[in-house]
Amino acid sequence: MEDLTEIRWHGRGGQGAVTAAKLVAEAALKQDKYFQASPEYGPERMGAPIQAFTRICPEPILIHCAVTNPDIVVVLDPTLLSVVNVTDGLVENGALVINTDMSPAEVRQANNIEGYKIVTVDASKIAVESIGRAIPNTPMLGAVLKATGIMDLEKVAEHIRSSFGKKFSQEIIDGNVEALTRAYQEARSE
Amino acid sequence: MSKTVALTGNLACAHAMRQINPDVVAAYPITPQTTIVEEFSTFVANGQVDTEYVTVESEHSAMSACVGASAAGSRVITATSSQGLALMWEILYIASALRLPIVMHNVNRTLAGPINIHCDHQDSMGARDSGWIQIHCENAQEAYDTTIQAIRIAEDSRVSLPVLVCLDGFIISHAIDRLDMLDDPEVKKFVGEFEPRVTMLDPEEPITVGPFDGLHGQFFEFRRAQELATLGSLPVIEEVGKEYGAVSGRPYGLIEEYKLDDAEIAILVLGSTAGTTRVVVDDLRADGVKAGLLKIRSFRPFPIKQITDALSGVKAVAVLDRSLSPGAIGAPVFQEVRSALYDSESRVPIINFIYGLGGRDVSMAHLKEAFDVLSDIVKTGQVKQTINYLGLRE
Amino acid sequence: MSWDIKNLKNWKVGDHPPGALIPTGGNAVEYKTGGWRSEKPRWIEEKCTHCMICWVFCPDTSIEVKESKMLGIDYDHCKGCGICAAECPSDAIEMEEEEK
Repeated sequence: MEDLTEIRWHGRGGQGAVTAAKLVAEAALKQDKYFQASPEYGPERMGAPIQAFTRICPEPILIHCAVTNPDIVVVLDPTLLSVVNVTDGLVENGALVINTDMSPAEVRQANNIEGYKIVTVDASKIAVESIGRAIPNTPMLGAVLKATGIMDLEKVAEHIRSSFGKKFSQEIIDGNVEALTRAYQEARSE
Repeated sequence: MSKTVALTGNLACAHAMRQINPDVVAAYPITPQTTIVEEFSTFVANGQVDTEYVTVESEHSAMSACVGASAAGSRVITATSSQGLALMWEILYIASALRLPIVMHNVNRTLAGPINIHCDHQDSMGARDSGWIQIHCENAQEAYDTTIQAIRIAEDSRVSLPVLVCLDGFIISHAIDRLDMLDDPEVKKFVGEFEPRVTMLDPEEPITVGPFDGLHGQFFEFRRAQELATLGSLPVIEEVGKEYGAVSGRPYGLIEEYKLDDAEIAILVLGSTAGTTRVVVDDLRADGVKAGLLKIRSFRPFPIKQITDALSGVKAVAVLDRSLSPGAIGAPVFQEVRSALYDSESRVPIINFIYGLGGRDVSMAHLKEAFDVLSDIVKTGQVKQTINYLGLRE
Repeated sequence: MSWDIKNLKNWKVGDHPPGALIPTGGNAVEYKTGGWRSEKPRWIEEKCTHCMICWVFCPDTSIEVKESKMLGIDYDHCKGCGICAAECPSDAIEMEEEEK
């Protein structure tokens, strides 16, 4: 359990926070890791701030308590920074991965954030350019991989190709893989 | 051959249902229903199962339809949760009295009010005297495995009783977890063909189902016979759990002990909290504290002997209840465990922690707190407070 | 299946088939409800037009009929409710006190 990684996702209903949490879990399966992924338990409302949680571990995960001290916090919507205390419970050397066009230094200054590793990427722009829609979850996943190294980028891309294949067109799949890879490359950290 | 998958607890149950391929599923499809029957309905629509899927207008009707279908000789499964189980109440008693081997998932969620949709065990604890076998699951894997075993337990000629498979609402039901699934033919072989004890629809051998007993006075004898059948399911649950282990590599029993052999203090709990407790036990063991866990899988029938034997060596035990019984001496699981221990030689000190109502999180720190109270009892030899509340603001 | 209930009142736990099941059908006829009567219907054959209204209204099945002809009343099961007498358009059924 020492190698347990806990992630908290902040988004707004409809931005794909729950899907992202799921995607990480399913990708973890492909790499023979153990995982848990769960939405914040409550009614889902389009636009309202929501949370989702992912746990990843090389060993079986036995605990079923809430994620209160995440190692990584992912913010899918920068406007949430002024609405939700996103660093709540974040461990001391934890990482904050934010969808924004600002640099980590600018985010730190604008929101008075001290400590933590801050990773930023303009995931909405990447999503629009690669997928054609402003759903930032896949590129944010790329940034998370960059920030944490919890999983191999190419293996996650493979998972997207195989699992999206049932539901989506080739164009959408390619767009998602491109968004993932681009965000991985463009993510800035401090 | 098994397959490792990523599924929510609900979907794990739905897939077990698909592999069992029941004759009839009757369910109320709207809140508080869960995605178990929603997912199963897609299997029906896709032609992956041969099930007659009956959507009804309430849970009362759902259980009534299940009773009718089961009495007619069908293999029947359904699912419910919370207020849905409450609305089934009177028909739960009919199903068990008629000795119909219906299998039902209950996604454990509280009963309002105030309105709350989150996890606790107050729904199924209310159904504890309804004559249903009640098995609690720790995680999605157990929910999947127990669904398959429940068919065999319910339909065993020594039992012939309905089985409630309980999984913690949201914590297990809505969380994606890693689990191993058996292959479809393996499940088919394990559950076998259903051979109904009786069938209402045989014109060659007409029968009367659900007669009136107001005048001849057999009711008392029936209820006792039902109790005997419930107690008689104890070895069946063990046998089926063992046989399932031979097929899957995951054997099951009535209870599960974790580091209890040399334990001085122990927590007894049902459901998902058992998992969290294991890790707390490990942490305490690393600090030299002899802590252990006793998980109850079968709450009905209540495995008295197994529990008293398992606890015979400990010096203090805490029972964790995710429900509350206003005006009683502690919550239901505590009442039974304490009652069982009354007749045991050791008469170990026992306290109750009521926790997690309405989805209140139970953290590792909370469980550590409970173990600390037990350590204190062992040290001082005194129980300061018998009924306690974990994570309550007061 | 055999079904002998002569000694029913002394049956013990486990004597009855599981699930309160009766392994035969149509056995309500064995339960005689005629003893419940305080008044009994008397059929006046001369007035009867065999219109079958009594047969339709009888809440039990106590009007005995064969080939569209009224034959009489099944006193083993008739509970003496008087509906047949009230509904008869020909006054061919009269209620009278049960002989004790």
